Amino acid sequence: MAELMQFVLSGLTVGAVYALVALGFTIIYNASDVVNFAQGEFVMLGGMITVFANMAGLPIPLAALTAIVVTAVAGVALNKLAIEPARGAPVVSLIIITIGASIFMRGLAQVVFDKQLHRFPAFTGDTPIMIMGATILPQALWVLFGALVVFAGLWAFFTRTLTGKAVLATSNNRLAAQLVGINTNWVMTMSFALSAGIGALAGVLVTPITNTSYDVGIALALKGFAAAMLGGMGNPIGALVGGLLLGLIEALTAGYISSVYKDAAAFVVILLVLFFMPRGIFGKSSTDRV
Amino acid sequence: MLNVEGLRSRYGRIEVLHGIDLAVNSGEIVTVVGANGAGKTTLLRCLSGVQPVTGGSITFRGESFTAVPAYRRVGHGLAQSPEGRQIFTNLTVEENLRLGAFLYADDRVEKDMQTAFAMFPILKEKRNLAAGGLSGGQQQMLAITRALMGRPSCLLLDEPSMGLAPIIVAQIFEVVKSMRDLDVTVLLVEQNAYGALKIADRGYVLETGRVTMQGSAAELIADPRIREAYLGI
Repeated sequence: MAELMQFVLSGLTVGAVYALVALGFTIIYNASDVVNFAQGEFVMLGGMITVFANMAGLPIPLAALTAIVVTAVAGVALNKLAIEPARGAPVVSLIIITIGASIFMRGLAQVVFDKQLHRFPAFTGDTPIMIMGATILPQALWVLFGALVVFAGLWAFFTRTLTGKAVLATSNNRLAAQLVGINTNWVMTMSFALSAGIGALAGVLVTPITNTSYDVGIALALKGFAAAMLGGMGNPIGALVGGLLLGLIEALTAGYISSVYKDAAAFVVILLVLFFMPRGIFGKSSTDRV
Repeated sequence: MLNVEGLRSRYGRIEVLHGIDLAVNSGEIVTVVGANGAGKTTLLRCLSGVQPVTGGSITFRGESFTAVPAYRRVGHGLAQSPEGRQIFTNLTVEENLRLGAFLYADDRVEKDMQTAFAMFPILKEKRNLAAGGLSGGQQQMLAITRALMGRPSCLLLDEPSMGLAPIIVAQIFEVVKSMRDLDVTVLLVEQNAYGALKIADRGYVLETGRVTMQGSAAELIADPRIREAYLGI
């Protein structure tokens, strides 16, 4: 029993990381149908900038805030310099642009920062908390808490605010969005800023657990992307559930079968789910009449 | 209210509007009729700002509109129900209407929505359904009422009768006619020349990017050339 509990807690810890990364994909995807493969680099920037701002003398909270703001600006720059000039290009081209941007940002981080592995202390210490005979790191609770807060914020944004609806309208029909008075360029800019900010927040929260370096973005983005696909791309509930589910599958496979198979098991489950539900667990089926 | 002078526009190297002159006075229903490819939709796209203008000018209520970006025009009182309806298919009917009033957050939004539901009761029935599931006629009703939610003083309608059953077309033209009571000026672009001229005050005939005839709707309906070319009489 304690063993199962331990696997579940480890799974939730990893899953919360995936969920937080997956949530970052939501806004840009909802605004433009683009899966932003530079999302992992936003997570990396969040962690790395915090580390280096902290080394420069800023206390952690201030360093984290700096990281989030700077990363949001990087997101805006990505939109203005790479996405907006390619207006009218097919979504696939835009996705390839984001892959290029992620390679560029990784290279830049290698030069501006370094190639070492970094971490900063957990927010509330490293003494594990005992729950029913199993342990969990306090920082994992921070990550879970962060994922829940971001999820609640995004959910309210898309279902309760007119600005959120305007984002959905922009991706659904950009022409009509302009005709009702939505500044679609502004919507895109805001989406990139928010997504980048959420990515950076994820980086800040997970770094005490996962450590960070210039190249952590690829792996995180891939798992976050898988989680978002599993739950249903664009849906905050999907990102949250998909992330936690992915983490649990990995942890249980690693615990009961072998850690060698944990990635394989996760991807088999994803393939099975997508085979029967191509839009993910919470994905909406689209019903367009023409 | 709306003045267009020498308007030119092109797609790539091909010019499709070769200098259009057109005026719409406050309170009028004016129609632009013409065959497929005459440039009717391009004209409306220029007016709403989603199509680049390469020459001439657009003036709306005394202000030059030629360089105003599309998303600012509705705030000045010029709203469009575009060709092909262009509703937000993955949002509900009510959300579509709410977004029509994107610029506003006062009590009038709810009032205008009730007015829209009174115009087309079927929309009220389906208010919580995804707009993409509506029939063509219902989508057209939604496109028109969404444009009205933007509180236009001048409404641009692009082919509201396209592809619809005659009974629905009659219902929609009836609503267009009722715009007079709402103090909304209308510029109606139509292939259905007879239906459009019957409810309009004045009309323009557009042929391959030029205005070839204009006059009161009654004159145009009676003109033998129009009767032969567009009315099939």
